Amino acid sequence: MATSNPNYVFRALADPTRRAIFQQLSRHGEQTVHGLTRHAGVSQPAVSKHLTVLKRAKLVRHRRDGRETHYRAQPEALAPMVDWLNLYGAFWRERFDRLEDLLGRMDP
Amino acid sequence: MSNPDASRALVVERVFPHPPQKLWRALTESPLLAQWLLHNDFEPAIGRKFQFRREPMPHWNGIIDCEVSVVEPLKELAYSWTALGLETVVRWTLTPADGGTHLRMEQSGFGPGREANYNGANYGWQSFFNALERTLADLD
Repeated sequence: MATSNPNYVFRALADPTRRAIFQQLSRHGEQTVHGLTRHAGVSQPAVSKHLTVLKRAKLVRHRRDGRETHYRAQPEALAPMVDWLNLYGAFWRERFDRLEDLLGRMDP
Repeated sequence: MSNPDASRALVVERVFPHPPQKLWRALTESPLLAQWLLHNDFEPAIGRKFQFRREPMPHWNGIIDCEVSVVEPLKELAYSWTALGLETVVRWTLTPADGGTHLRMEQSGFGPGREANYNGANYGWQSFFNALERTLADLD
C-alpha cells in the first residue's frame, strides 16, 4: 500500500463527522453509503463527500459490487499519526541526554 | 496520579546531579537552551511569544509557536507548544533531590485536557485522540 500523506490524514480526521464515519467502518466493517448515512446524521451527498476525503487520505477503501459501492476502513493509514506521537517521546528523551551533557560542561 | 489528564500527557523525568540554579539557567537562557533543546528566541517572561525551530521536514516547516504561561524561578516553567495545528503545553518542574535536582517535563494536551482548548477546539483534536485510542483498541 502506498504511504498515506500525513497532511491528508490529519486533515481528514480533524472533522468530527469524518471521524465518526471512520470509527463506524473500523468497528462494524464494510458498509455502503446508505448504511453509513443512517448513522452519520448528515445527508447522503455529505457522506459521499466525506468518504472522498477519507479515501484521499487512504483511510478508507472501496469496492464495487453491481450498483452498490462498499466502503471499509484502512486503519494502517493512521501510521503517520502514530509515528508522530511516538516521535515526541523519543524526541524528549534524546533532549534530556543532551541536557545532561550540557550541564556537565557548564560552570558550576 | 492525581492529574486526570496524566494518561494523555507525555512525561519525561530525570534526576540530574546539579543544583536547581544550573538547571534553571539551561532551561531559561536562550543560547544554553539552543545547545540542548532547539534554536529559539525564548525569554523567561509571562506572555512572551517565541518560536522553536526544528529542521524542516516533508509537510512541516519545523516551526513550533510558543507562549510563556508560567515562570517561577527555580521551580516551574510552562509554555504552550503549537506545531502542525496541535496546541500542547510543555511544563517543566524542578524539585530538589538527593544530590541534585529532579526535573520533570510534562507535555499535555494530547487529549481532552483543560489546557488543550484553544486551537484544539478549532481542529477538534480533543475528541480525536479519544477516537484514535478507541480505534486502535478495536484493532486488537
